[in-house]
Amino acid sequence: MSTYAKKQGFGATLWDYLTTVDHKKIAILYLIAGGVFFVLGGLEAMFIRIQLAIPNNDFVSAGFYNEILTMHGTTMIFLAAMPLVFAMMNAVVPLQIGARDVAFPFLNSLGFWLFFFGGLFLNLSWFMGGAPDAGWTSYASLSLHSPGHGVDFYILGLQISGLGTLIAGINFLATIINMRTPGMTYMRMPLFTWSTFVVSALILFAFPPLTVGLVLLMFDRMFGSNFFDVAAGGNTIIWEHLFWIFGHPEVYILILPAFGIFSEILATFSRKRLFGYSSMVFATVLIGFLGFMVWAHHMFTVGLGPIANAIFAVATMAIAVPTGIKIFNWLLTMWGGSVKFTVPMLYAVAFIPSFTMGGVTGIMNAVAPADYIFHDTYFVVAHFHYVIVGGVVFGLLAGVTFYWPKMFGTMLNETLGKISFWTFLIGFHLTFFIQHFLGLMGMPRRIFTFLDNQGLNTGNMISTVGAFFMAFAVIVLVINIIITSVKNVKVGNDPWGDGRTLEWAISSPPPYYNFKQLPLVRGLDAYWVEKMDGKTEMTPAEPLGDIHMPNSSILPLTTSLGLFVAAFGALYNMDDDKTWTVPVIIIGLLITLGSMLIRSIKDDHGYHIHKEELTDDHDKGVKA
Amino acid sequence: MVNERLNSANPSFDLKYRRKKNAEEMKHQVITFAMMIFFTLIAFAAVGFDFSKWFIKPVILLLAVVQVIFQLYYFMHMKHKGHNTIALFLFSGLAVGLLTVLTFLTIVWW
Amino acid sequence: MQMDQKFTDTTWPAAPEKATLEGKNKYLGFWLFLGGETVLFASLFATYLALKDKVPNADAALAKDIFDLPLTFVATMLLLTSSLTSVYAMYHMKNHDFKRMQAWLVVTVLLGAGFLGLEIYEFNHYVHEFHHTFTSSAFGSAFYTLVGFHGAHVAFGLLWITSLMLRNAGRGLNLYNAPKFYVASLYWHFIDVVWVFIFTVVYLMGMVG
Repeated sequence: MSTYAKKQGFGATLWDYLTTVDHKKIAILYLIAGGVFFVLGGLEAMFIRIQLAIPNNDFVSAGFYNEILTMHGTTMIFLAAMPLVFAMMNAVVPLQIGARDVAFPFLNSLGFWLFFFGGLFLNLSWFMGGAPDAGWTSYASLSLHSPGHGVDFYILGLQISGLGTLIAGINFLATIINMRTPGMTYMRMPLFTWSTFVVSALILFAFPPLTVGLVLLMFDRMFGSNFFDVAAGGNTIIWEHLFWIFGHPEVYILILPAFGIFSEILATFSRKRLFGYSSMVFATVLIGFLGFMVWAHHMFTVGLGPIANAIFAVATMAIAVPTGIKIFNWLLTMWGGSVKFTVPMLYAVAFIPSFTMGGVTGIMNAVAPADYIFHDTYFVVAHFHYVIVGGVVFGLLAGVTFYWPKMFGTMLNETLGKISFWTFLIGFHLTFFIQHFLGLMGMPRRIFTFLDNQGLNTGNMISTVGAFFMAFAVIVLVINIIITSVKNVKVGNDPWGDGRTLEWAISSPPPYYNFKQLPLVRGLDAYWVEKMDGKTEMTPAEPLGDIHMPNSSILPLTTSLGLFVAAFGALYNMDDDKTWTVPVIIIGLLITLGSMLIRSIKDDHGYHIHKEELTDDHDKGVKA
Repeated sequence: MVNERLNSANPSFDLKYRRKKNAEEMKHQVITFAMMIFFTLIAFAAVGFDFSKWFIKPVILLLAVVQVIFQLYYFMHMKHKGHNTIALFLFSGLAVGLLTVLTFLTIVWW
Repeated sequence: MQMDQKFTDTTWPAAPEKATLEGKNKYLGFWLFLGGETVLFASLFATYLALKDKVPNADAALAKDIFDLPLTFVATMLLLTSSLTSVYAMYHMKNHDFKRMQAWLVVTVLLGAGFLGLEIYEFNHYVHEFHHTFTSSAFGSAFYTLVGFHGAHVAFGLLWITSLMLRNAGRGLNLYNAPKFYVASLYWHFIDVVWVFIFTVVYLMGMVG
């Protein structure tokens, strides 16, 4: 069973990753898949900016532009940001709470494969008759009338990957509630774990409305129902509500983990305890709570009436309070600290003003009457890119750099990292700052071109130049990753030198069983507490004993594959000329249900690593 | 509650005690069930007898809520200790759900 | 502790569903899932309420025309009783009485199957008597989606409990399968909870008008 340290052939490694239930390997899978989709979404963004660089451009056609625009948004949110967030959570959270694995290792793998096949399905639309073109929000009035199968790819792809997300959310909740090591009370959990906890709860409650919305849209498009068909008594506002009841918490699902990552980074490189820890926890929970009360601010111009608009406007503005608490706590964490400007820290420092600008325009949008002016202009585009790029993407870039040594055992190059950082920061502000003004000048969103002599030329050109800066930054990052991986200089437990939390107490990467003996946590920033006592390792909370491990399994992959196959049948079922669709649906569902049946009938007791094996492992083990 | 106890030193006494506790709980379950059936009968009867709808609707909704509380707290054992986390998540879900229902009854553009 | 260890009545723990870490995780995770299901069904209820009696023309069937009190009553009784029988099954599970547990589960499955049969008859009736179909109106779409989602949950529950019974018929109770039986029964109760709201909100309030 201890194949861990052995050199493996390519085939064996591939099989290992296809069947793995180890949270650290699943993190790597999420990172790779999410990274590929991030580059894809970035390419789509570049096409958008090239098309909009000059007036009356014909780089892409109007129809193709709609597809690129839709896929850029959908890919970035569902297939890049979400999985990259999950990569960070999988890599870090079990280590931070001192667990050997997540609560449901099998489901963890299932969650990944569902996401993967859903994303693959969605992107296959490019080669199978055209991508979805109704925007990432896919408003029913528009998406019902979209010709071709693009929107069907959207519906089924998101349904499958959404299922994976829901599973991952439940898994992290159960992990954080049940699997904490002795002494790790809720109020000693690192902020990233806290934000994972809150985010998982948001996923649990926000994804079912999306599931329902997608089911209704699927029924309307594929099976002739009338949910959104006004002529048959339907109501298209239902989609908008369902989508945003999901969609607004989704924004917090993305940003809260970034907040968590920055909290870790700022404390680590200021070499100071996080300022106002308990208020940070409180603010995280409050943002999660308020996140469910504000969705209709996306719908101010729908005509819900002044009372509804007023309620949702006030609730939206209220979110500025906990967010403000966080901003000031981060500033005060740095205040008087012995700050070290590593690459992650640079991102963290740049994040604070960038994100605050996005927050301020958010408050402007929250003012319902003013929103009638801003609505559907580039002002809104600028706003949400300031929070999503300035918040989430900065957070992910910082997190990837910060945790790279923990995931792969080697450090990314700091010089190349700084080049990436500066070009990305400059490019980001170049691209999106000017878009506020383009919006205020009246440039609408989602248009494929604009006319000359309207005062929009310079602004759009600047924006496009900025996008190229960001693309350059990402290329440098990829080069950095390649160089680092080839050199593969191994580092120790705590490569940044100032690690505060449990994950830095074990080797990089950690052994497959994580902690040889579960560590005893004696306070917030458990590892730092031990360091301050002059120790170099954690005090164990249990004697050395056998460790129970889960078995690898190919079933998560086959379960997801079945749905992927069935989705093709469902998608083409509405075409009258295709007779093979029903058999394909049945075959796909049989694969899925069969895999589930095997899973439920075949006992899976896992296996044990024996004490003797652990004592042999001197160099790699955690001397907890 | 009994469910939280593990086996004590005297297994046969312990077994007897547990069996008795379980039987007692089962008795409560049956009583709960009888009340649920009774509430259901009232609800159906109210509709069958054709009272004013302003009377019927609130009453049958209330009966449904009470029945569901019985299901959750007795049949699904939420009255036992150690269900705080579970209750938190279930009721959070319920809050989100009720907000959705409220929305769809008020601001979907009639 | 070996997962497939044999137990006697005295060594059998008081709360077998939570006696192992795996059991505890399964138990908690399943409750969390039910929290998510609550939102899912609430969204379907909300959609139904928004689209209730929304039809394209005056000829189309409305809620007060189609629902039938006796049929709904029988279906409700079947499902409520199946909830009690699954409580009995769990009672015997806690007493380490595998045979009685299986017997009560069989009764539960039969009652559930009866409910499902009635529902199929009911849908068939609506389609042929009232031309109230999935595609005839927004009301029809919303009705069949909400009640059908519940029906699909019942069908899945039947498959689940049946396969659990068959799989474990030969080996009796242990700490590996006890949590499985327990969460299946939680699921069954949850289906009942949803039905309580369906018969109240959809059928009874539908008939009242």
